[in-house]
Amino acid sequence: MSVLLKVRNLSRHYGTRVGCEDVSFDLHPGELLCIVGESGSGKSTLLNTVAAQLAPTSGSVSYRQRDGQWLSVNALSEADRRRLAREEWGFVTQNPRDGLRLNVSAGANVAERLMALGMRNYSQLRGIARSWLERVEIDPERIDDAPTGFSGGMQQRLQIARTLVTQPRLVFMDEPTAGLDVSVQARILDLLRRLVNELGLAAVMVTHDLAVARLLAARTIVMQRGRVVETGLTDQILDDPQHPYTQLLVSSVLTT
Amino acid sequence: MTYNFAFLDEDTKRMLRRSLLKAVAIPGYQVPFGSREMPLPYGWGTGGIQVTAALLGPDDVLKVIDQGADDTTNAVNIRRFFARVAGVATTERTVDATLIQTRHRIPETSLREDQILVFQVPEPEPLRTLEPREAETRTLHALADYGLMHVKLYEDIAQYGHIATSYDYPVRVDGRFLTSPSPIPKFDNPKLHQSPALMLFGAGREKRLYAIPPYTQVESLAFDDHPFEIQHWEHQCELCGSGESYLDEVIVDDRGTRMFVCSDTDFCGQRRAEAQA
Repeated sequence: MSVLLKVRNLSRHYGTRVGCEDVSFDLHPGELLCIVGESGSGKSTLLNTVAAQLAPTSGSVSYRQRDGQWLSVNALSEADRRRLAREEWGFVTQNPRDGLRLNVSAGANVAERLMALGMRNYSQLRGIARSWLERVEIDPERIDDAPTGFSGGMQQRLQIARTLVTQPRLVFMDEPTAGLDVSVQARILDLLRRLVNELGLAAVMVTHDLAVARLLAARTIVMQRGRVVETGLTDQILDDPQHPYTQLLVSSVLTT
Repeated sequence: MTYNFAFLDEDTKRMLRRSLLKAVAIPGYQVPFGSREMPLPYGWGTGGIQVTAALLGPDDVLKVIDQGADDTTNAVNIRRFFARVAGVATTERTVDATLIQTRHRIPETSLREDQILVFQVPEPEPLRTLEPREAETRTLHALADYGLMHVKLYEDIAQYGHIATSYDYPVRVDGRFLTSPSPIPKFDNPKLHQSPALMLFGAGREKRLYAIPPYTQVESLAFDDHPFEIQHWEHQCELCGSGESYLDEVIVDDRGTRMFVCSDTDFCGQRRAEAQA
């Protein structure tokens, strides 16, 4: 299958400090790529730069649109960038409160992206919102409740529904399960794995948790101090780490 | 002590007129302007008064209404203010006025091409309750990215079963800018559409002007299956018997007796005078 996203020699500096440096990778349709590394290693900077939320210092990101045309993501106008983020991409933040609109109901949160795309039929919007709440295992009866009354895990699932409702082709996720307790994490990971398979999504996920990478990702990138130190199939990296830093990461995972 | 004609100095009026011209040229677009301190508090119509001051000429006839009435504190004071600082003629009759400053209503009597309606606006940004960042709302306007406004209407239907927004009902002007019609009841929204009279909006505290030029398309937002509707009453005005005007519900004694009367006092008075004649 042809490539969906091409990242080449991408760097992002904060003044003289390095956010990420000289990162290149390809992403194929339907593929889930994990970026792992300790905190401060530049994972989130890389994700935000690829998702065009930060301007790169150098390097390029190209994306192949639904119509097959290649877009240079860094050169997009604000209007085109927003259109892309609304119609073809999704972004799931670590803290669901950043990604949700907390002063409106769960249903409105799910329907917002559809309304932004121009859907103007209330009962249709509601029907879709209901079915998506069900898909992320939230009781559809809670469609009119404010997300502030939801638990952390429910808020995160609501954010996932809100992001996926427009059927994006590419989703960026920044530690979607950090800050949740282990049983809730497992449930969300399970949900993500199912949805990614069902919808044939491509996704780039940042995590510091190697177990998450093992569960979800076919390929993994390991980062340290802003640079990619190792990249390859997830199982290969976790079972036979080559770089000393990856070896350290793998050996420091708690096992029961 | 004497004031300059219509209180404001000529340079300020010039600045206001330039902003107003820009506002008319870009229907519904909020034009920033250098709002001045006025001799009454914010919220009493400082934006509207500045627009009126910039437009008044010695031959103008001014009418001021507040919630449709000519005889409420706000209306009486602003009318008296301009009678004193500009010496212009004032009237309570809509048909006689050349310039009408209004708070929260559009007169029931149809307006003409030679009349100007000036609105007092507390919050010019219709997206403000949903998006508190000014930089972001400006971007949304620039990109005509207005899906957010429907989130509010969705919430209304989800909570109340119908679009419960009854005043300051958002409109799209000339198919482009999302605009607040100021806190007029949605009953008056259809009067904005293709109005022969020029409509100007002034927000003093927020320092914004905007305009709906004559004969401009003004569309009230809605859903396909929940179309825009205006208010209806089961009553008629108890003073003039009108069944078409916007009615106020007034409690008239301590036992809760209610009475429905026209909110537009001039309209109601004219109808009663005609009935007696």
